[in-house]
Amino acid sequence: MHLTRTARIVLGCVTAAGLALIYLPLLLVVLNSLNADGSFAWPPSGLTGEWWSRAVHSAGARDALWTSLRAGLGATAIALVLGSLAAFAVHRHRFFGRQTVSFLIVLPIALPGIVTGIALNAAFRTVLEPVGIGFGLFTVVVGHATFCVVIVFNNVAARLRRIAPSLAEASADLGARPWQTLRYVTFPALRPALFAGALLAFALSFDEVVVTTFTAGAGTRTLPIWIYENLARPHQAPVVDVVAAVLIGLSVLPVYVAQRLSSDPAGGRL
Amino acid sequence: MSCEPGARGRLAALLAPPLLWLVLAYLGSLAILLLSAFWTTDPFTSDVVRTWTTDNFRDILTTPVYRTVALRTLGIAVAVTLLDAVLALPMAFFMARVARGRLRRVLLVAVLTPLWAGYLVKAYAWRVMLGEHGIVNAALAPLGLRGPGYGATAVVIVLAYLWLPYMILPVYAALERLPAHQLEASADLGAGTVRTLRSVVAPAVRPAILAGSVFTFSLSLGDYLTVQIVGGRTQLLGNVIASQVTLDLPLAAALSAVPVALIVCYLAAVRRAGALDSL
Repeated sequence: MHLTRTARIVLGCVTAAGLALIYLPLLLVVLNSLNADGSFAWPPSGLTGEWWSRAVHSAGARDALWTSLRAGLGATAIALVLGSLAAFAVHRHRFFGRQTVSFLIVLPIALPGIVTGIALNAAFRTVLEPVGIGFGLFTVVVGHATFCVVIVFNNVAARLRRIAPSLAEASADLGARPWQTLRYVTFPALRPALFAGALLAFALSFDEVVVTTFTAGAGTRTLPIWIYENLARPHQAPVVDVVAAVLIGLSVLPVYVAQRLSSDPAGGRL
Repeated sequence: MSCEPGARGRLAALLAPPLLWLVLAYLGSLAILLLSAFWTTDPFTSDVVRTWTTDNFRDILTTPVYRTVALRTLGIAVAVTLLDAVLALPMAFFMARVARGRLRRVLLVAVLTPLWAGYLVKAYAWRVMLGEHGIVNAALAPLGLRGPGYGATAVVIVLAYLWLPYMILPVYAALERLPAHQLEASADLGAGTVRTLRSVVAPAVRPAILAGSVFTFSLSLGDYLTVQIVGGRTQLLGNVIASQVTLDLPLAAALSAVPVALIVCYLAAVRRAGALDSL
Protein backbone atom coordinates (compact mmCIF):
# COMPACT_ATOMS: atom_id res chain seq x y z
CA MET A 1 0.00 0.00 0.00
CA HIS A 2 1.48 3.31 -0.98
CA LEU A 3 0.48 6.35 1.04
CA THR A 4 0.57 9.55 -0.92
CA ARG A 5 2.46 12.52 0.45
CA THR A 6 -0.82 14.27 1.11
CA ALA A 7 -2.15 11.31 3.10
CA ARG A 8 1.00 11.26 5.24
CA ILE A 9 0.75 14.98 5.90
CA VAL A 10 -2.95 14.77 6.78
CA LEU A 11 -2.31 11.86 9.16
CA GLY A 12 0.56 13.76 10.72
CA CYS A 13 -1.61 16.81 11.25
CA VAL A 14 -4.41 14.76 12.82
CA THR A 15 -1.91 13.12 15.18
CA ALA A 16 -0.38 16.47 16.10
CA ALA A 17 -3.84 17.95 16.74
CA GLY A 18 -4.80 14.90 18.83
CA LEU A 19 -1.67 15.20 20.94
CA ALA A 20 -2.21 18.93 21.35
CA LEU A 21 -5.71 18.18 22.61
CA ILE A 22 -4.31 15.52 24.98
CA TYR A 23 -1.74 17.90 26.41
CA LEU A 24 -3.78 21.11 26.59
CA PRO A 25 -5.53 20.18 29.88
CA LEU A 26 -2.25 18.92 31.35
CA LEU A 27 -0.52 22.15 30.40
CA LEU A 28 -3.35 24.04 32.05
CA VAL A 29 -2.80 22.04 35.25
CA VAL A 30 0.88 23.03 35.29
CA LEU A 31 -0.01 26.65 34.53
CA ASN A 32 -2.64 26.76 37.26
CA SER A 33 -0.13 25.46 39.79
CA LEU A 34 1.65 28.79 39.18
CA ASN A 35 -1.47 30.93 38.71
CA ALA A 36 -1.55 33.80 41.20
CA ASP A 37 -5.35 33.80 41.07
CA GLY A 38 -6.42 30.76 43.08
CA SER A 39 -9.73 30.42 41.26
CA PHE A 40 -8.08 29.71 37.87
CA ALA A 41 -9.67 32.60 35.96
CA TRP A 42 -8.49 32.77 32.37
CA PRO A 43 -6.15 34.45 31.47
CA PRO A 44 -3.96 34.18 34.61
CA SER A 45 -3.34 37.51 36.36
CA GLY A 46 0.20 36.63 37.40
CA LEU A 47 2.55 33.88 38.48
CA THR A 48 3.36 32.74 42.01
CA GLY A 49 5.44 30.07 43.70
CA GLU A 50 3.21 30.08 46.76
CA TRP A 51 1.31 26.89 45.88
CA TRP A 52 4.56 25.02 45.29
CA SER A 53 5.97 25.91 48.68
CA ARG A 54 2.63 25.07 50.30
CA ALA A 55 2.57 21.69 48.55
CA VAL A 56 6.09 20.88 49.73
CA HIS A 57 4.99 21.51 53.32
CA SER A 58 1.65 19.72 53.04
CA ALA A 59 1.71 16.81 55.47
CA GLY A 60 -1.60 15.52 54.07
CA ALA A 61 -0.18 15.19 50.57
CA ARG A 62 2.99 13.49 51.86
CA ASP A 63 1.07 10.96 53.96
CA ALA A 64 -1.29 10.26 51.09
CA LEU A 65 1.62 9.72 48.70
CA TRP A 66 3.18 7.25 51.13
CA THR A 67 -0.11 5.37 51.53
CA SER A 68 -0.55 5.25 47.75
CA LEU A 69 2.98 3.91 47.24
CA ARG A 70 2.44 1.15 49.80
CA ALA A 71 -0.98 0.24 48.39
CA GLY A 72 0.39 0.22 44.84
CA LEU A 73 3.40 -1.93 45.75
CA GLY A 74 1.27 -4.41 47.68
CA ALA A 75 -1.32 -4.73 44.93
CA THR A 76 1.38 -5.01 42.26
CA ALA A 77 3.19 -7.77 44.15
CA ILE A 78 0.00 -9.84 44.50
CA ALA A 79 -0.95 -9.16 40.88
CA LEU A 80 2.50 -10.24 39.66
CA VAL A 81 2.19 -13.62 41.36
CA LEU A 82 -1.45 -14.32 40.51
CA GLY A 83 -1.30 -12.87 36.98
CA SER A 84 1.84 -14.83 36.05
CA LEU A 85 0.45 -18.10 37.43
CA ALA A 86 -2.79 -17.65 35.48
CA ALA A 87 -0.89 -16.74 32.31
CA PHE A 88 1.24 -19.90 32.57
CA ALA A 89 -1.83 -22.03 33.21
CA VAL A 90 -3.74 -20.65 30.24
CA HIS A 91 -0.74 -20.70 27.92
CA ARG A 92 0.78 -24.07 28.80
CA HIS A 93 -2.35 -26.13 29.23
CA ARG A 94 -5.51 -26.87 27.31
CA PHE A 95 -8.36 -27.49 29.72
CA PHE A 96 -12.08 -27.24 30.03
CA GLY A 97 -13.12 -23.73 31.02
CA ARG A 98 -9.89 -22.12 29.73
CA GLN A 99 -11.88 -19.34 28.04
CA THR A 100 -13.84 -18.79 31.24
CA VAL A 101 -10.63 -18.19 33.17
CA SER A 102 -9.55 -15.35 30.89
CA PHE A 103 -13.10 -13.98 31.05
CA LEU A 104 -13.04 -14.09 34.85
CA ILE A 105 -9.69 -12.28 34.94
CA VAL A 106 -10.93 -9.42 32.72
CA LEU A 107 -14.16 -9.03 34.66
CA PRO A 108 -12.85 -6.97 37.62
CA ILE A 109 -11.53 -4.25 35.33
CA ALA A 110 -14.49 -4.35 32.95
CA LEU A 111 -17.20 -4.00 35.59
CA PRO A 112 -17.76 -0.45 36.85
CA GLY A 113 -15.59 0.61 39.75
CA ILE A 114 -18.63 1.50 41.78
CA VAL A 115 -20.03 -2.04 41.47
CA THR A 116 -16.68 -3.58 42.41
CA GLY A 117 -16.42 -1.05 45.22
CA ILE A 118 -19.77 -1.65 46.86
CA ALA A 119 -19.49 -5.42 46.34
CA LEU A 120 -16.11 -5.52 48.11
CA ASN A 121 -17.42 -3.17 50.77
CA ALA A 122 -20.39 -5.46 51.46
CA ALA A 123 -18.16 -8.55 51.48
CA PHE A 124 -15.56 -7.04 53.81
CA ARG A 125 -18.28 -5.99 56.22
CA THR A 126 -19.88 -9.44 56.27
CA VAL A 127 -16.69 -11.53 56.25
CA LEU A 128 -13.70 -9.56 57.54
CA GLU A 129 -15.16 -7.28 60.18
CA PRO A 130 -16.58 -10.14 62.31
CA VAL A 131 -13.04 -11.61 62.54
CA GLY A 132 -11.63 -8.25 63.59
CA ILE A 133 -10.11 -7.02 60.33
CA GLY A 134 -11.32 -3.47 59.76
CA PHE A 135 -11.13 -1.26 56.69
CA GLY A 136 -7.67 0.09 56.01
CA LEU A 137 -4.61 -0.39 53.86
CA PHE A 138 -5.13 -4.15 53.77
CA THR A 139 -8.62 -3.91 52.28
CA VAL A 140 -7.39 -1.33 49.74
CA VAL A 141 -4.60 -3.70 48.65
CA VAL A 142 -7.05 -6.59 48.28
CA GLY A 143 -9.36 -4.43 46.16
CA HIS A 144 -6.59 -3.07 43.96
CA ALA A 145 -4.92 -6.44 43.47
CA THR A 146 -8.20 -7.86 42.17
CA PHE A 147 -8.29 -5.55 39.17
CA CYS A 148 -4.50 -5.40 38.69
CA VAL A 149 -4.22 -9.15 37.99
CA VAL A 150 -5.54 -8.69 34.45
CA ILE A 151 -2.73 -6.28 33.52
CA VAL A 152 0.05 -8.66 34.52
CA PHE A 153 -1.85 -11.57 32.97
CA ASN A 154 -2.18 -9.79 29.61
CA ASN A 155 1.47 -8.80 29.48
CA VAL A 156 2.83 -12.21 30.50
CA ALA A 157 0.39 -14.13 28.28
CA ALA A 158 1.26 -11.99 25.25
CA ARG A 159 4.97 -12.60 25.86
CA LEU A 160 4.55 -16.34 26.40
CA ARG A 161 2.75 -16.58 23.06
CA ARG A 162 5.84 -15.16 21.37
CA ILE A 163 8.56 -17.22 23.07
CA ALA A 164 9.44 -20.04 20.67
CA PRO A 165 8.67 -23.43 22.31
CA SER A 166 11.91 -24.69 20.75
CA LEU A 167 13.86 -22.67 23.33
CA ALA A 168 12.47 -24.66 26.25
CA GLU A 169 12.85 -27.90 24.28
CA ALA A 170 16.49 -27.11 23.52
CA SER A 171 17.02 -26.42 27.21
CA ALA A 172 15.49 -29.79 28.13
CA ASP A 173 17.55 -31.56 25.46
CA LEU A 174 20.68 -30.09 26.97
CA GLY A 175 19.71 -31.72 30.25
CA ALA A 176 18.12 -28.84 32.15
CA ARG A 177 15.53 -29.75 34.73
CA PRO A 178 12.17 -27.95 34.41
CA TRP A 179 12.98 -25.42 37.13
CA GLN A 180 16.37 -24.72 35.51
CA THR A 181 14.64 -24.03 32.20
CA LEU A 182 12.25 -21.71 34.03
CA ARG A 183 15.10 -19.97 35.83
CA TYR A 184 17.58 -19.61 32.96
CA VAL A 185 15.44 -19.60 29.81
CA THR A 186 11.81 -18.65 30.39
CA PHE A 187 12.25 -16.09 33.15
CA PRO A 188 14.86 -13.94 31.34
CA ALA A 189 12.60 -13.90 28.27
CA LEU A 190 9.64 -12.89 30.44
CA ARG A 191 11.41 -10.19 32.43
CA PRO A 192 10.43 -7.23 30.18
CA ALA A 193 6.79 -8.34 30.20
CA LEU A 194 6.82 -8.72 33.98
CA PHE A 195 8.33 -5.27 34.29
CA ALA A 196 5.83 -3.65 31.94
CA GLY A 197 2.94 -5.45 33.62
CA ALA A 198 4.10 -4.43 37.08
CA LEU A 199 4.51 -0.82 36.02
CA LEU A 200 1.07 -0.56 34.43
CA ALA A 201 -0.55 -2.38 37.36
CA PHE A 202 1.11 0.05 39.74
CA ALA A 203 -0.07 3.00 37.63
CA LEU A 204 -3.61 1.65 37.67
CA SER A 205 -3.57 1.25 41.45
CA PHE A 206 -1.90 4.61 41.95
CA ASP A 207 -4.68 6.46 40.11
CA GLU A 208 -7.71 4.51 41.35
CA VAL A 209 -10.41 6.47 43.17
CA VAL A 210 -13.75 4.68 43.16
CA VAL A 211 -12.91 1.22 44.52
CA THR A 212 -10.59 2.91 47.01
CA THR A 213 -13.42 5.12 48.29
CA PHE A 214 -15.42 2.04 49.25
CA THR A 215 -12.56 -0.09 50.61
CA ALA A 216 -10.37 2.43 52.46
CA GLY A 217 -12.36 3.25 55.57
CA ALA A 218 -12.07 6.55 57.38
CA GLY A 219 -8.38 6.71 58.30
CA THR A 220 -6.73 5.57 55.08
CA ARG A 221 -6.12 8.25 52.49
CA THR A 222 -4.46 7.43 49.18
CA LEU A 223 -3.26 10.25 46.95
CA PRO A 224 -6.34 10.22 44.66
CA ILE A 225 -8.60 10.32 47.73
CA TRP A 226 -6.60 13.26 49.08
CA ILE A 227 -6.92 14.96 45.69
CA TYR A 228 -10.67 14.31 45.65
CA GLU A 229 -11.10 15.81 49.11
CA ASN A 230 -8.98 18.86 48.34
CA LEU A 231 -9.95 19.78 44.79
CA ALA A 232 -13.28 21.13 45.95
CA ARG A 233 -11.69 23.37 48.59
CA PRO A 234 -11.03 26.85 47.19
CA HIS A 235 -7.52 27.38 48.54
CA GLN A 236 -6.36 23.81 48.20
CA ALA A 237 -7.09 23.32 44.48
CA PRO A 238 -3.85 25.04 43.31
CA VAL A 239 -1.87 22.85 45.74
CA VAL A 240 -3.50 19.81 44.14
CA ASP A 241 -2.40 21.15 40.76
CA VAL A 242 1.19 21.27 42.04
CA VAL A 243 0.97 17.60 43.09
CA ALA A 244 -0.54 16.73 39.70
CA ALA A 245 2.13 18.69 37.83
CA VAL A 246 4.86 16.83 39.71
CA LEU A 247 3.21 13.48 38.94
CA ILE A 248 2.90 14.35 35.23
CA GLY A 249 6.57 15.28 35.14
CA LEU A 250 7.71 12.16 37.00
CA SER A 251 5.52 9.81 34.96
CA VAL A 252 7.54 10.33 31.77
CA LEU A 253 10.38 8.37 33.35
CA PRO A 254 8.69 5.00 34.06
CA VAL A 255 6.79 5.14 30.76
CA TYR A 256 10.03 5.74 28.88
CA VAL A 257 11.90 3.00 30.73
CA ALA A 258 9.08 0.49 30.19
CA GLN A 259 8.97 1.32 26.54
CA ARG A 260 12.74 0.86 26.14
CA LEU A 261 12.86 -2.41 28.07
CA SER A 262 9.72 -4.00 26.74
CA SER A 263 9.81 -6.12 23.62
CA ASP A 264 6.20 -5.19 23.09
CA PRO A 265 6.04 -2.37 20.55
CA ALA A 266 3.64 -0.41 22.70
CA GLY A 267 5.70 -0.81 25.88
CA GLY A 268 3.21 -3.11 27.55
CA ARG A 269 -0.42 -3.97 27.35
CA LEU A 270 -3.31 -2.65 29.33
CA MET B 1 1.03 -31.06 26.74
CA SER B 2 -1.74 -31.88 29.14
CA CYS B 3 -1.48 -35.63 28.50
CA GLU B 4 1.88 -35.92 30.29
CA PRO B 5 1.67 -37.43 33.74
CA GLY B 6 1.79 -34.71 36.36
CA ALA B 7 0.47 -32.09 33.99
CA ARG B 8 -2.84 -32.06 35.81
CA GLY B 9 -1.11 -31.45 39.11
CA ARG B 10 0.96 -28.65 37.65
CA LEU B 11 -2.12 -27.10 36.09
CA ALA B 12 -3.94 -27.23 39.40
CA ALA B 13 -0.99 -25.66 41.21
CA LEU B 14 -0.82 -22.87 38.64
CA LEU B 15 -4.53 -22.20 38.51
CA ALA B 16 -5.51 -22.58 42.15
CA PRO B 17 -4.10 -19.34 43.61
CA PRO B 18 -5.45 -16.91 40.96
CA LEU B 19 -8.79 -18.72 40.73
CA LEU B 20 -9.22 -18.90 44.49
CA TRP B 21 -8.49 -15.19 44.73
CA LEU B 22 -10.85 -14.19 41.96
CA VAL B 23 -13.64 -16.54 42.94
CA LEU B 24 -13.44 -15.84 46.68
CA ALA B 25 -12.56 -12.17 46.72
CA TYR B 26 -14.34 -11.09 43.58
CA LEU B 27 -17.19 -13.41 42.58
CA GLY B 28 -17.94 -13.94 46.26
CA SER B 29 -18.29 -10.20 46.79
CA LEU B 30 -20.49 -9.87 43.71
CA ALA B 31 -22.65 -12.73 44.99
CA ILE B 32 -23.05 -11.01 48.35
CA LEU B 33 -24.02 -7.81 46.54
CA LEU B 34 -26.52 -9.60 44.33
CA LEU B 35 -27.99 -11.36 47.35
CA SER B 36 -28.49 -8.06 49.16
CA ALA B 37 -30.42 -6.80 46.13
CA PHE B 38 -33.22 -9.11 47.28
CA TRP B 39 -33.36 -7.51 50.72
CA THR B 40 -35.03 -4.29 51.71
CA THR B 41 -34.41 -1.31 53.99
CA ASP B 42 -36.26 0.10 56.90
CA PRO B 43 -37.69 3.40 55.58
CA PHE B 44 -37.00 5.22 58.86
CA THR B 45 -33.53 4.05 59.86
CA SER B 46 -32.13 3.09 56.41
CA ASP B 47 -30.96 -0.17 58.01
CA VAL B 48 -30.91 -3.24 55.79
CA VAL B 49 -33.73 -5.67 56.63
CA ARG B 50 -33.00 -9.24 55.58
CA THR B 51 -36.36 -10.29 54.24
CA TRP B 52 -36.51 -11.80 50.78
CA THR B 53 -38.27 -9.61 48.21
CA THR B 54 -38.04 -8.89 44.50
CA ASP B 55 -39.49 -5.40 44.96
CA ASN B 56 -36.20 -3.67 44.11
CA PHE B 57 -36.03 -5.29 40.70
CA ARG B 58 -39.72 -4.63 40.08
CA ASP B 59 -39.20 -0.96 40.96
CA ILE B 60 -36.28 -0.66 38.56
CA LEU B 61 -38.18 -2.28 35.71
CA THR B 62 -41.37 -0.29 36.21
CA THR B 63 -40.02 3.16 37.13
CA PRO B 64 -39.62 5.12 33.86
CA VAL B 65 -36.83 7.30 35.23
CA TYR B 66 -34.50 4.31 35.65
CA ARG B 67 -35.11 3.29 32.05
CA THR B 68 -34.31 6.84 30.88
CA VAL B 69 -31.12 6.91 32.93
CA ALA B 70 -30.06 3.46 31.71
CA LEU B 71 -30.63 4.42 28.07
CA ARG B 72 -28.84 7.74 28.51
CA THR B 73 -25.86 5.96 30.09
CA LEU B 74 -25.77 3.43 27.26
CA GLY B 75 -25.93 6.24 24.69
CA ILE B 76 -23.06 8.11 26.32
CA ALA B 77 -20.92 4.96 26.55
CA VAL B 78 -21.51 4.24 22.84
CA ALA B 79 -20.80 7.86 21.86
CA VAL B 80 -17.54 7.86 23.87
CA THR B 81 -16.46 4.58 22.26
CA LEU B 82 -17.19 5.82 18.72
CA LEU B 83 -15.46 9.14 19.33
CA ASP B 84 -12.37 7.37 20.69
CA ALA B 85 -12.29 4.96 17.76
CA VAL B 86 -12.50 7.83 15.27
CA LEU B 87 -9.71 9.72 17.05
CA ALA B 88 -7.51 6.69 17.72
CA LEU B 89 -7.51 5.22 14.19
CA PRO B 90 -5.63 8.00 12.35
CA MET B 91 -3.31 8.62 15.32
CA ALA B 92 -2.42 4.94 15.72
CA PHE B 93 -2.04 4.60 11.94
CA PHE B 94 0.40 7.49 11.81
CA MET B 95 2.37 6.18 14.77
CA ALA B 96 2.58 2.62 13.48
CA ARG B 97 2.95 3.03 9.72
CA VAL B 98 4.31 6.51 9.03
CA ALA B 99 6.46 7.51 12.01
CA ARG B 100 9.81 5.75 12.31
CA GLY B 101 12.43 5.17 15.00
CA ARG B 102 12.84 8.02 17.42
CA LEU B 103 9.67 9.88 16.46
CA ARG B 104 7.63 6.71 17.02
CA ARG B 105 9.11 6.19 20.49
CA VAL B 106 8.48 9.80 21.43
CA LEU B 107 4.87 9.57 20.24
CA LEU B 108 4.30 6.39 22.26
CA VAL B 109 5.65 7.96 25.43
CA ALA B 110 3.51 11.03 24.70
CA VAL B 111 0.35 8.94 24.41
CA LEU B 112 1.08 6.81 27.49
CA THR B 113 2.19 9.55 29.88
CA PRO B 114 -1.28 11.09 30.44
CA LEU B 115 -2.43 7.74 31.86
CA TRP B 116 -0.30 8.56 34.89
CA ALA B 117 -1.44 12.15 35.26
CA GLY B 118 -4.42 11.41 37.47
CA TYR B 119 -8.02 10.88 36.47
CA LEU B 120 -9.45 13.46 38.87
CA VAL B 121 -6.95 16.14 38.02
CA LYS B 122 -7.69 15.77 34.31
CA ALA B 123 -11.45 15.86 34.88
CA TYR B 124 -11.08 19.00 37.00
CA ALA B 125 -8.84 20.59 34.37
CA TRP B 126 -11.72 20.11 31.92
CA ARG B 127 -14.15 21.58 34.41
CA VAL B 128 -12.01 24.71 34.53
CA MET B 129 -11.68 24.73 30.73
CA LEU B 130 -15.41 24.31 30.11
CA GLY B 131 -16.46 26.84 32.77
CA GLU B 132 -18.20 30.12 32.00
CA HIS B 133 -14.88 32.04 31.96
CA GLY B 134 -12.80 29.05 30.87
CA ILE B 135 -10.46 28.71 27.95
CA VAL B 136 -13.02 26.94 25.71
CA ASN B 137 -15.47 29.84 25.79
CA ALA B 138 -12.59 32.30 25.48
CA ALA B 139 -11.31 30.51 22.37
CA LEU B 140 -14.72 30.17 20.74
CA ALA B 141 -15.91 33.73 21.50
CA PRO B 142 -14.19 35.36 18.47
CA LEU B 143 -16.08 32.89 16.25
CA GLY B 144 -19.34 33.85 17.88
CA LEU B 145 -19.66 30.38 19.41
CA ARG B 146 -19.96 29.07 22.95
CA GLY B 147 -18.63 25.88 24.50
CA PRO B 148 -21.02 23.11 25.50
CA GLY B 149 -20.97 24.13 29.17
CA TYR B 150 -21.58 21.44 31.78
CA GLY B 151 -23.89 18.63 30.68
CA ALA B 152 -24.11 15.40 28.69
CA THR B 153 -21.93 16.74 25.83
CA ALA B 154 -19.21 17.71 28.28
CA VAL B 155 -19.40 14.22 29.84
CA VAL B 156 -18.88 12.60 26.42
CA ILE B 157 -15.92 14.89 25.62
CA VAL B 158 -14.19 14.38 28.96
CA LEU B 159 -14.74 10.61 29.09
CA ALA B 160 -13.48 10.27 25.50
CA TYR B 161 -10.47 12.34 26.54
CA LEU B 162 -9.78 10.20 29.61
CA TRP B 163 -10.01 6.83 27.85
CA LEU B 164 -8.36 7.73 24.51
CA PRO B 165 -4.97 6.11 25.33
CA TYR B 166 -6.80 2.84 26.11
CA MET B 167 -8.06 2.84 22.50
CA ILE B 168 -4.87 4.06 20.80
CA LEU B 169 -2.67 1.41 22.39
CA PRO B 170 -4.32 -1.81 21.12
CA VAL B 171 -4.99 -0.29 17.67
CA TYR B 172 -1.37 0.81 17.45
CA ALA B 173 -0.15 -2.66 18.47
CA ALA B 174 -2.36 -4.31 15.82
CA LEU B 175 -1.22 -1.95 13.06
CA GLU B 176 2.41 -2.29 14.07
CA ARG B 177 2.23 -6.08 13.87
CA LEU B 178 0.73 -5.99 10.37
CA PRO B 179 3.52 -7.33 8.12
CA ALA B 180 4.63 -4.90 5.40
CA HIS B 181 4.66 -7.68 2.80
CA GLN B 182 0.90 -8.18 3.26
CA LEU B 183 0.35 -4.57 2.30
CA GLU B 184 2.77 -4.92 -0.64
CA ALA B 185 1.08 -8.11 -1.78
CA SER B 186 -2.24 -6.31 -1.74
CA ALA B 187 -0.78 -3.51 -3.87
CA ASP B 188 0.87 -6.03 -6.22
CA LEU B 189 -2.49 -7.69 -6.71
CA GLY B 190 -3.78 -4.35 -7.96
CA ALA B 191 -5.59 -3.06 -4.87
CA GLY B 192 -5.66 0.69 -4.38
CA THR B 193 -5.19 2.33 -1.01
CA VAL B 194 -8.89 2.24 -0.19
CA ARG B 195 -9.23 -1.42 -1.13
CA THR B 196 -6.14 -2.35 0.92
CA LEU B 197 -7.48 -0.42 3.89
CA ARG B 198 -10.78 -2.25 3.63
CA SER B 199 -9.55 -5.76 2.89
CA VAL B 200 -6.21 -5.98 4.71
CA VAL B 201 -6.00 -3.27 7.38
CA ALA B 202 -9.61 -3.32 8.60
CA PRO B 203 -9.71 -7.05 9.48
CA ALA B 204 -6.48 -6.67 11.45
CA VAL B 205 -7.69 -3.59 13.30
CA ARG B 206 -11.24 -4.72 14.09
CA PRO B 207 -10.35 -6.99 17.07
CA ALA B 208 -8.06 -4.27 18.41
CA ILE B 209 -10.85 -1.69 18.30
CA LEU B 210 -13.12 -4.14 20.07
CA ALA B 211 -10.42 -4.73 22.70
CA GLY B 212 -10.06 -1.00 23.22
CA SER B 213 -13.81 -0.60 23.32
CA VAL B 214 -13.97 -2.97 26.31
CA PHE B 215 -12.21 -0.21 28.24
CA THR B 216 -13.92 2.82 26.71
CA PHE B 217 -17.40 1.27 26.88
CA SER B 218 -17.30 -0.28 30.31
CA LEU B 219 -15.33 2.50 31.97
CA SER B 220 -17.88 5.01 30.63
CA LEU B 221 -20.83 2.85 31.63
CA GLY B 222 -19.93 2.91 35.31
CA ASP B 223 -18.40 6.34 35.67
CA TYR B 224 -19.92 8.77 38.12
CA LEU B 225 -17.11 11.12 39.16
CA THR B 226 -16.67 12.76 35.76
CA VAL B 227 -20.43 13.18 35.62
CA GLN B 228 -20.32 14.89 39.01
CA ILE B 229 -17.49 17.13 37.87
CA VAL B 230 -18.61 18.23 34.38
CA GLY B 231 -22.10 16.75 33.97
CA GLY B 232 -24.12 19.59 35.44
CA ARG B 233 -27.44 18.04 36.34
CA THR B 234 -26.94 14.98 34.12
CA GLN B 235 -27.54 11.71 35.97
CA LEU B 236 -26.03 8.42 34.82
CA LEU B 237 -26.37 4.91 36.24
CA GLY B 238 -23.20 5.34 38.29
CA ASN B 239 -24.56 8.46 39.97
CA VAL B 240 -27.87 6.84 40.78
CA ILE B 241 -26.08 3.87 42.32
CA ALA B 242 -23.66 6.11 44.25
CA SER B 243 -26.48 8.23 45.64
CA GLN B 244 -28.38 5.15 46.84
CA VAL B 245 -25.46 3.34 48.50
CA THR B 246 -25.87 4.93 51.90
CA LEU B 247 -29.64 5.45 51.69
CA ASP B 248 -30.82 2.13 50.34
CA LEU B 249 -28.08 -0.45 49.78
CA PRO B 250 -30.44 -3.15 48.46
CA LEU B 251 -31.75 -0.77 45.79
CA ALA B 252 -28.18 0.25 44.90
CA ALA B 253 -27.29 -3.44 44.62
CA ALA B 254 -30.27 -4.10 42.36
CA LEU B 255 -29.35 -1.08 40.22
CA SER B 256 -25.78 -2.41 39.94
CA ALA B 257 -27.16 -5.44 38.17
CA VAL B 258 -28.03 -3.22 35.17
CA PRO B 259 -24.46 -2.20 34.16
CA VAL B 260 -23.19 -5.65 35.14
CA ALA B 261 -25.69 -7.31 32.80
CA LEU B 262 -24.88 -4.86 29.99
CA ILE B 263 -21.13 -5.38 30.35
CA VAL B 264 -21.31 -9.16 30.63
CA CYS B 265 -23.35 -9.20 27.39
CA TYR B 266 -20.85 -6.88 25.76
CA LEU B 267 -17.86 -8.96 26.90
CA ALA B 268 -19.50 -12.13 25.66
CA ALA B 269 -20.12 -10.53 22.25
CA VAL B 270 -16.57 -9.17 22.09
CA ARG B 271 -15.12 -12.51 23.12
CA ARG B 272 -16.91 -14.23 20.26
CA ALA B 273 -15.15 -11.79 17.94
CA GLY B 274 -11.85 -12.96 19.46
CA ALA B 275 -10.96 -9.58 20.87
CA LEU B 276 -10.18 -10.62 24.44
CA ASP B 277 -7.04 -12.35 23.16
CA SER B 278 -5.72 -9.14 21.67
CA LEU B 279 -6.41 -7.11 24.77
